[in-house]
Amino acid sequence: MSAFVIADNIISPLGFTSSENFEQLKQKKTGVQRLETSELSSEPVCAALVDTLILNSEFSKLNSKTEFTRLEKMVLLSINDCLKQNSNIDVASKKTLIILSTTKGNIDLLDSSLAAKFDKKRVYLWETANVISQHFNNPNKPIIVSNACISGVLAIILGKRLLETNQYDTIIVSGVDILTQFVVSGFQSFKAISTEVAKPYDAKRDGISLGEGCGTVVLTNQESRIKSQEPRIVVSGGASSNDANHISGPSRTGDGLFLAIDKTLKESNINPSEVSYISGHGTATLYNDDMESIALTDAQLANVPMNSLKSYFGHTLGAAGVIESIIGIHSMRENTLIGTYNFSELGVTMPINIIKNTASAEINNCLKTAAGFGGCNAAVFFQKVENN
Amino acid sequence: MDALIDQLKGEIIEQLNLEDLKKEDIDADAPLFGEGLGLDSIDALELIVLLEKNYGIKIANPADGKKIFQSIRTMAEFVQANKK
Amino acid sequence: MKAKKYITSYCSIKNGKVNVNGKELFSDSSLPSVDFIKSVYKHFQLNYPKFYKMDHLSKLAFIASDLLLKSNPIMQKYAAEDVSIIIANSASSLEIDTEHQNTISDKNNYFPSPAVFVYTLPNILIGEIAIRNCIKGENTFFIFDKFDSDFMGSYNNSLLDSNKAKCSISGWVDFYENKYQAFLLTIEKEQGILNIEHNSEQLNKLYNN
Repeated sequence: MSAFVIADNIISPLGFTSSENFEQLKQKKTGVQRLETSELSSEPVCAALVDTLILNSEFSKLNSKTEFTRLEKMVLLSINDCLKQNSNIDVASKKTLIILSTTKGNIDLLDSSLAAKFDKKRVYLWETANVISQHFNNPNKPIIVSNACISGVLAIILGKRLLETNQYDTIIVSGVDILTQFVVSGFQSFKAISTEVAKPYDAKRDGISLGEGCGTVVLTNQESRIKSQEPRIVVSGGASSNDANHISGPSRTGDGLFLAIDKTLKESNINPSEVSYISGHGTATLYNDDMESIALTDAQLANVPMNSLKSYFGHTLGAAGVIESIIGIHSMRENTLIGTYNFSELGVTMPINIIKNTASAEINNCLKTAAGFGGCNAAVFFQKVENN
Repeated sequence: MDALIDQLKGEIIEQLNLEDLKKEDIDADAPLFGEGLGLDSIDALELIVLLEKNYGIKIANPADGKKIFQSIRTMAEFVQANKK
Repeated sequence: MKAKKYITSYCSIKNGKVNVNGKELFSDSSLPSVDFIKSVYKHFQLNYPKFYKMDHLSKLAFIASDLLLKSNPIMQKYAAEDVSIIIANSASSLEIDTEHQNTISDKNNYFPSPAVFVYTLPNILIGEIAIRNCIKGENTFFIFDKFDSDFMGSYNNSLLDSNKAKCSISGWVDFYENKYQAFLLTIEKEQGILNIEHNSEQLNKLYNN
């Protein structure tokens, strides 16, 4: 049984649809900017922030009479766009499940200035997910994955696995996180934020750029729901693992990530030499990027063209795995490898093949990897399949 | 200096949640990281917060911490020289 | 027909009581939540210096997992990558989230702490269990309003059926506003110390016991 991708959306500073976002990436435009916003940080910070005015104006088009949080608005817009793309998706069906991937959800509601507007329980992730599923009249209890920066990749893997049980025929996976002082201050205390736009895998990289946004992919096991003109994309494998090394630092040996990649490729029946493209985690911290280079070398994937999208979107935490997977899907559809913004000179432990400039290439498949706090790693594999 | 060392020991036990340690268990000259107290990378960042909060000393580059946080004594010497 | 799976051990910590495999091993209803958790750690001499650095949620997960795996040393039987950790709760990391928020809400006393911030993700407790026991398999943290035995039961069964794991450590660890509950169990394909069939009904029974 296959898990087909039948709709997708990205909400980010670069646009409110996947196509808009992909177009901006092809033009090498980044959403990361130097922000001087006192609500986020007392000092200037480079991050990718969705313009609230645009978000509210887009959201007003949904004509909703209910009050929603900033994060919920992104998810509602994102799912709504997917439903518009493919009329075969029946969101109110008993066979449709919503999976929400987020690290912090409505964490901005802990700030006293916002708390008064909503019920206290709105800060619970399950309540956020309930509000979203109720908006779409979905009858099933939504599933929430909150597993640091691998949440998005995990949610897609979970979607595939749940389709295999046949309990559902459609899974809507939304990954979302917003930029808050909560998150910015934490990464500042870790001295982990670059003063410039992040430089993944680069010799001069010196930290992450944060971001916010939402990505949604809709998966189905019903081939008939695919719109015929699309090249078919399936999720063919995925796995997670733990380094068992340290709660905030990645394993120096990369063995955890290696394990996740190895299990993923085996499930997909793919040899390393057959992989066409890797969408890396590439946060642009010293240790993460080094660790990835070691793991990929061990997995015999060092020569495969690879990029990081963190210098376009910032690190969008629980949304990252979904947003970056969607870009991978569009790269496969358009046979275009996106260059890594702000990358000029390789500076990781092992030589890996970082894509510098956007170029055409035949892409049959995409390996998406992720790693996160708590020592977690994940990988998921997408493949193009011939139309029957 | 001895008073400052004693004070730092107390502050480190509190800031780093070393609940099972007492001041007298800590040797002022023993290495803080690796063998000695066995602190890790998060503790190093936490010590930076401690210096800023309690002594008004800002360390922008965490790599500088390596020298400063060799032992309680090197930390005390640094505080003495940079205190505001 | 899929093979049966078994609950081979479990540890439940709630209401000032520690229950391992159906036996009450410790109780002290006089202590507030945090002190109770520390007293369990001391009572069983779990001896892990990093314990004191953990947030309350991870401390609770740590003592429950340690008592569970002491009763059933699964790591002697399985390879590191064959053991999964699948845990859920209701309040995510809201307890320590609130603490982090308090360090940044006052502009004149603005000292966010990395040691606090790192715990503002619920899956850190999975990391702590993985580090302590050198477990490298599948790991996922889920959030539900209450313990969902149907989902947790069937997801763990599917991991074992598809050989994505040979043994799963699973359950519920929640700590918020002085309320706490930990319920962790091991699920295996073969019978072990306990031979309770792993299904939704049994999970509920043990969780509520």
